[in-house]
Amino acid sequence: MNDSILASYVVPVHPHPLLVPEQNEGWQRLRDAFDEARDQIAASDADVIIVYSTTWPSIIGHQIQADPNPTWTLVDQDFHDLGSMDYSFRIDVEFAEAWNKANHSRGLQSRTVAYNGFPIDVGSVVALKLLNPDNRIPAVIVSSNVYANRAETTVLAKACLDVLGKMGKKAVAVTAMSMSNRMFTEFIEASDDKIHSLKDDEWNRKVLEFLEEGRLEDVAQLSRTIHQQIRVQKVVTFKPMWWLSAMNNNRNDLTGKVLAYEALYGAGGAVVHLDPTSNGKGDKEYDEDDVETYQGERNVLDSEETDTSVAEASPNTGPALWNPAEGEDAVNTESAPKPVGLYPHARRVGDLLYLSGVGPRQPGTNAIPGGPIRDGNGSPLEYDIKEQTRAVVENIARILEEAGSSMEKVVDVTSFLVDMDRDFAGYNEVWAETLGHYGPTRTTLAIRALPTPIAVEMKVIAKI
Amino acid sequence: MAKGSIVAGCLAPHPPHLVYAENPPQNEPNSEGGWEQLRWGYERLRDSLAKIDHDVLVILSPHWQTYVGTHFLGLSHFEGLSVDPIFPNLFRYSYDINIDVELSKAIHDKAADAGLAVKMMNNPDFRVDYGTITTGHMVNPAFDKPLVVISSNRSRHYYSVEVMQEMMMELGRATRDAILESGKKAVVLASNSLSHRHFTTESDVPEDMSREHIASHAMHLWDMRIIDYMRTGQAQRIIDEMPEFTEQAIAESDGGGLTWLLSTLTVPDYPAILHGYGTIIGTGNAIVEWPCYAHEEV
Repeated sequence: MNDSILASYVVPVHPHPLLVPEQNEGWQRLRDAFDEARDQIAASDADVIIVYSTTWPSIIGHQIQADPNPTWTLVDQDFHDLGSMDYSFRIDVEFAEAWNKANHSRGLQSRTVAYNGFPIDVGSVVALKLLNPDNRIPAVIVSSNVYANRAETTVLAKACLDVLGKMGKKAVAVTAMSMSNRMFTEFIEASDDKIHSLKDDEWNRKVLEFLEEGRLEDVAQLSRTIHQQIRVQKVVTFKPMWWLSAMNNNRNDLTGKVLAYEALYGAGGAVVHLDPTSNGKGDKEYDEDDVETYQGERNVLDSEETDTSVAEASPNTGPALWNPAEGEDAVNTESAPKPVGLYPHARRVGDLLYLSGVGPRQPGTNAIPGGPIRDGNGSPLEYDIKEQTRAVVENIARILEEAGSSMEKVVDVTSFLVDMDRDFAGYNEVWAETLGHYGPTRTTLAIRALPTPIAVEMKVIAKI
Repeated sequence: MAKGSIVAGCLAPHPPHLVYAENPPQNEPNSEGGWEQLRWGYERLRDSLAKIDHDVLVILSPHWQTYVGTHFLGLSHFEGLSVDPIFPNLFRYSYDINIDVELSKAIHDKAADAGLAVKMMNNPDFRVDYGTITTGHMVNPAFDKPLVVISSNRSRHYYSVEVMQEMMMELGRATRDAILESGKKAVVLASNSLSHRHFTTESDVPEDMSREHIASHAMHLWDMRIIDYMRTGQAQRIIDEMPEFTEQAIAESDGGGLTWLLSTLTVPDYPAILHGYGTIIGTGNAIVEWPCYAHEEV
């Protein structure tokens, strides 16, 4: 279970609580709620604030802000008469780069952006200026891809969790979003603001009731319905709840609190705090696929036809996973991927350690860094041999560590490649950077296939 | 005062790729070219407009998106750096533009009289959208004529294409009336593409033309159908089929620009000149000119 998320927040995107809270009592209550959330975040041990913003649309996959100090003056496209918003943020560039890489490992299209004058969106600016005004905690901002579906958005969150786990960082997750997003289409006085319609208000309250009960995954699974009911069909949908739920392990037993719910020019604006502490309840009433690796639309620039039925198939179709075989000399760890048969991760014999064949699958998620080599129907996929090889070495290191050994003590390695012509160079490059550095003997074999859709596996003998 | 006129109306799409491919000094990134069919089309449009006396360019850009009313740039000068939030690798452009505030305000007032929600944008920190900058650059890279810049009200998203068309037809009439009363000669420009389904990946070399094509055959058929109406003087059929076109081709006409343009030209029944057609990251783009000067009393 991931424990990297210290708290999650839902916050509104419009600039009124930042620029003119005094003009409307509801806007002031939203500002007060922002301030309360700010104090909670300041009192936490968060290393990074991660913002998923619905007012930053993207097309080429997801974009992640990676300018260490983006600085500009933002003026809202609609509410320019409320004033200008100067901003200067501190971005965790190392995290942004790692997240981008993790996205690719899980099959997502993704890139970082670091350009002077890049227009940071209003939702992110409002969130970061009010939640982290002194930049004490570095931030990361990710866009909302206009074409992304639930699988892509869920995998985006899982890639983020991969990085948090790997870097050992604790985070606050923020979605900048409206509840109902229908604004008035005529100009109104600030004092006349209200939720646009009774229907929008009732839906907002139902969604907030779920969140107050900690039922985040239920809200995420109702996302499409909510969107149809209370969302103007703009380019982005109610997808931030997919992301936020996945960031919280798709749980329904969080401890939720609605800090404020008010109208923002007709739209529903809410500040919600979701504490990962279990509320002791939480049966899931709905169940969608739990996606680990994104296999949606790919290679659309290529001229050949794409069979979408194949593209949507699970890449992880393969043998069932087993719990590692126990035994007096067996060495097993939850930090290594589960075996595909009844055998241990390693076995001690005297002062030697014999490892079972180790592949790149990730412990817990079973994801394949660099991507699987074929989909569920057996059709070949593009993959990154270097990413796969690095993941193999990392899994080996975890098993060695569990046995009290280490990379320096590796004596002999037998490597298996399913495509020697394609992959030897990349595999060899990573070898030289990692295991090769310690000087074990090595044999590399070409084989027809491995049980799971991976390209490389290693068999290791080490001293203890 | 002499009567003003609309001397030409143009469909002038704004993909930043075209500016990127031209390597102008205002844009930071450098390219090896690309999208020549469209850039040559813009060359032909520029040559054509150079032969027509005009005072001002009136642009409606779908990338200044407003949800509460239609807005107009209301200060005489804007300069700054425009960075495309979606393709920042291609477009980081230093702009310096002048606004015909008098005409902007006149259109604003006419539209208000017609019952539309309108607002002038008077914040000097406002960053002009990259759609306006791209269309402005491709039509007049010297930016030596003032602009009127009109936002894209997203009524299609709040209501329907039909409601959007009603509002844009009204805004087009208000635009035309204000121009005629102004005594100025104007070129009106709708800054939008046609079919608008993007690829979701980008080549390592964005200008690699071996990778460029329309997103799907259905999109191509819709684009050709609409272009055929333009070339044969059947603008009314474009208006009539706009709901289906906008929905089925995910067309950027959802921003209202094309309807507004045709309204300013009183839905022309004379042929338009197709200067160029091409795709950009899968979307369909046409550069089209309605030569009003040859068909109306100017």
